[in-house]
Amino acid sequence: MNEEAELLEQALAWHRRGRRVAIATVVATWGSSPRPVGSQLIVDEEGRMLGSVSGGCIEGAVVQEALAVLGGAPPRLLEFGVSDERAWEVGLACGGRIQVYVEPLA
Amino acid sequence: MKPDLLEQLLEALRHKREACLVRWLDSGEAGLWVEGRWTSPRPLAPELEAEIKRALREGRGRLWELGGERLFLQVFQPPLRLIVVGAVHIAQALVPMAHLLGYRTVVVDPRRAFASSERFPGTDILDEWPDEALAALDPDRRTAVVVLTHDPKLDDPALIAALRSDAFYIGALGSRRTHAKRIARLRAMGLDTEELARIHAPIGLDIGAVSPAEIALSILAEITCRLRGGPKRDRTAATGEA
Repeated sequence: MNEEAELLEQALAWHRRGRRVAIATVVATWGSSPRPVGSQLIVDEEGRMLGSVSGGCIEGAVVQEALAVLGGAPPRLLEFGVSDERAWEVGLACGGRIQVYVEPLA
Repeated sequence: MKPDLLEQLLEALRHKREACLVRWLDSGEAGLWVEGRWTSPRPLAPELEAEIKRALREGRGRLWELGGERLFLQVFQPPLRLIVVGAVHIAQALVPMAHLLGYRTVVVDPRRAFASSERFPGTDILDEWPDEALAALDPDRRTAVVVLTHDPKLDDPALIAALRSDAFYIGALGSRRTHAKRIARLRAMGLDTEELARIHAPIGLDIGAVSPAEIALSILAEITCRLRGGPKRDRTAATGEA
């Protein structure tokens, strides 16, 4: 089984142990982006994470959004890129633009 | 996404099935397509199914729009595999080229002098008879089987085993004459015309290949063509010729 499937197995295992889990998925990329479409990150309610959506640049921001979703906010589509000031703050200086969808496993 | 839907997806992947997970990004709804079966509170629009099939053929997920809603199609596919029967010179070129294209490779040859790890670094080697090896490897819809030994004792059982499988590509080395004899032998063993038509022979796209590396290239070009559902460009339109 491949990497994504192993990660999703883990998400389901966390859920079954009673942890609340959010799944973040790269849904689009433009320019140079460290991780391809379909890359995923899973986050639990304590902010523990597994997987990767950017090779480290934006994981911190994605975890914050995942915690908001786990707190009851609707699923959301995030965008990071060099034109976005926020992206500089979180460090996506690799010259790409990336959209990440964050949803609860619920 | 509902945990039940994720469980269904993972069950499909455990059975090496192709799947497409669809998310409606604005509403948070989801749907799962597994080899024609659709599970979702949302109906499967024909244009959505066509896009799912395109995404699977291209092996790539994508953002998409339908009826003013944004969707994300995520594809899950078993790894690509290439089974090479015959640890011959062409195979030595074929294996590293296949790795570049993202295939896991296995070389099958019961003749130990051929199937040595010195000749084939970095790949799995099975020195079993091809029919036994193929039964164990169980080619699926993401597996290509290439038969290169030139010896009917090895080629024929390999082809029979490959034809019983779901392999998306089966190719056999040999001239038209060699292949005509092979077809006659396999027909005598009970295989019918429809089954035998799955064998690509003479193997490879006709690019005038001469050297072993060029033949390997033509084989991988033909495999890619099968994998991606055939040519996309209309050559007559591109050149302006009628």
